[in-house]
Amino acid sequence: MSTDALWYLGRGSGVVTLVLFTASLVLGIGTRSGRPAPWLPRFAVTTLHRNASLLATVFLVLHVVLLLFDPYAQLTVVDTVLPFLAGYAPFWVGLGTLALDLLLALVVTSLLRQRIGHRTWRAVHWTAYAAWPISLVHALGSGSDAGTRWFLVLAGACAVAVAGALAWRLSASFSERDAVTPLEIHP
Amino acid sequence: MTARLHIDWTACDGRGLCVELLPEVLGRDPWGYPIPHTPGPIQVPENLIRHAEKAATLCPLLALRLQHPAHPPAAAA
Amino acid sequence: MTTSIDTDLLGATPPGPMPSRGGDLIADLAAAGLTGRGGAGFPAWRKATTALSGCEAVVIANGAEGEPLSRKDATLLLRNPHLVLDGLALTAEAVNATRAYVYVPAGPGADTITAALAQRRDRVSVAVVHAPDRFVAGEESAVIAAVEGRDALPRFRTRPAAMSGVDGRPTVVHNVETLAHIAMIARNGPSWFRRTGTQDEPGTFLATVSGSVAMPGVYEAPVGIPLDDLLAMAGAAPSVRSVLVGGYHGVWVPAGPAPLSRAGLAPYGGSPGAGIVHALPAGRCPLRFAAETTRYLAEQSAGKCGPCLNGLPAIAATMTALAAGRAEARRLDWLTGLVTGRGACHHPDGTVRFVRSTLTTFTAEVDAHRHGHCTTGVIA
Repeated sequence: MSTDALWYLGRGSGVVTLVLFTASLVLGIGTRSGRPAPWLPRFAVTTLHRNASLLATVFLVLHVVLLLFDPYAQLTVVDTVLPFLAGYAPFWVGLGTLALDLLLALVVTSLLRQRIGHRTWRAVHWTAYAAWPISLVHALGSGSDAGTRWFLVLAGACAVAVAGALAWRLSASFSERDAVTPLEIHP
Repeated sequence: MTARLHIDWTACDGRGLCVELLPEVLGRDPWGYPIPHTPGPIQVPENLIRHAEKAATLCPLLALRLQHPAHPPAAAA
Repeated sequence: MTTSIDTDLLGATPPGPMPSRGGDLIADLAAAGLTGRGGAGFPAWRKATTALSGCEAVVIANGAEGEPLSRKDATLLLRNPHLVLDGLALTAEAVNATRAYVYVPAGPGADTITAALAQRRDRVSVAVVHAPDRFVAGEESAVIAAVEGRDALPRFRTRPAAMSGVDGRPTVVHNVETLAHIAMIARNGPSWFRRTGTQDEPGTFLATVSGSVAMPGVYEAPVGIPLDDLLAMAGAAPSVRSVLVGGYHGVWVPAGPAPLSRAGLAPYGGSPGAGIVHALPAGRCPLRFAAETTRYLAEQSAGKCGPCLNGLPAIAATMTALAAGRAEARRLDWLTGLVTGRGACHHPDGTVRFVRSTLTTFTAEVDAHRHGHCTTGVIA
């Protein structure tokens, strides 16, 4: 593979990861609401959330491995684990490393959820709310496409989707459980 | 051969995924919690065990345990 | 508080080397046919046998007695702490336990046990754990949680405590009265234990008699004693018609010759439970009594399980409306069906047992209330 191809694939897989990450976060919030989607039952929303996350992981691994072989990025294996040590744009690339670490923690704890228990799993899963903005800032800061109009539109759309989901998450009518009408007590 | 489905009521939050996956076995009570169509221990027929396993995996609160006939329940005490 | 003649359990046992016949305690318990006296009535020897197959077992004396109508555990601990501790020590040795606990509410009972422990030296050391004052604190899984240092609340389990209890170790939880019987059996042998009681349910039990009786208190009586005889011992008013047997989780039994045994009470859907006998005063409205009791039981829900948390208040409200003549019994049938078997402990099931027994026993009363009458006076 030519270095150009590596470069384009590396960038492309990064963009796809961001989109999948956004979808996963929105679906995760949908899962947490306990409500079915208008066109999908609850278990399908949960399954879709899981599959989007696993697909995001695949693209993220692709993104990192491809750029590991890219001569310009000058990434080392250490940079994929420890943030802020990269030779090129250490801060912006470091944010990507941080997001990668968080995502791996999210995926591993979710796969081991039955073993580690709900409490631990949930504590780790909260970091998803940190991982998403970190990866967006990473994309804007170190991405070669950050200045292009199409990417800004895409990033804007992702931000709008997450902001909308968050607003819903924080609204009073978010959880189906809280919205359950109490049984009429007097017959 | 049927499998026995246990619900950890201290964990269950009545999210309803299990009811979607096992409508043949479970319904929802007025508060949203799963309730078996026939009272007593929840027996899952063989053709639905796959769905019951999925329900146990997907339960957001990890409130389901499926006891397979291959692992008979421990002696009561 | 009065005690009957022929007391074995409630006479003081001196501290000191425990007189024991030696021999195999578990075999003796099996031969004696001792069942648990905490309410569930499980054979005592089977818990021990199950726990023996594991290692580093734990033994717990359960004296929580969360039921407000029961005084027998507190009375036993005050009168005869050493007999309970003897039973605990014997059980601990029989199952090779390395830890033993007495779980008891803070107060005179706990103080008596602590003082008694200071007078003796058991091979397995005994720690006292305080039980909170809550109805469900005596549920086995709550007892185990308390001993583990957590909140004394019922928990979900798929394995019996005798296989996996405190910190995953095999754990034998016995009511304090059961332990006292174990000490007596170790001392006098299984055939002595079988001298009284019924063939299937031998021995004596401690009954707490309350309500419309001249001498409320704790009585030791043979299992299977006719209800009338026990009421006569306590000086029950002749006007008593209905008796609550088994406490707030129990059933109504008409004052009469019904034997206080599992077999004898099966026709009423109940059992002697923890030996609670409450004679309803003749002038007391059973439906209002049931409404108050159900409200209390709803308040006592630990609130951990959705069906109990939501269902019991709905049942209590409907029972209150029923007593006021504003509800149909049919609705209670439906609501009780919604909570049955749907909890980590027996609290919803016990509440349902009491409510259903009330509905079947006082059908005429329910009917009268619906038409604005009450046989005991005016309805509210």
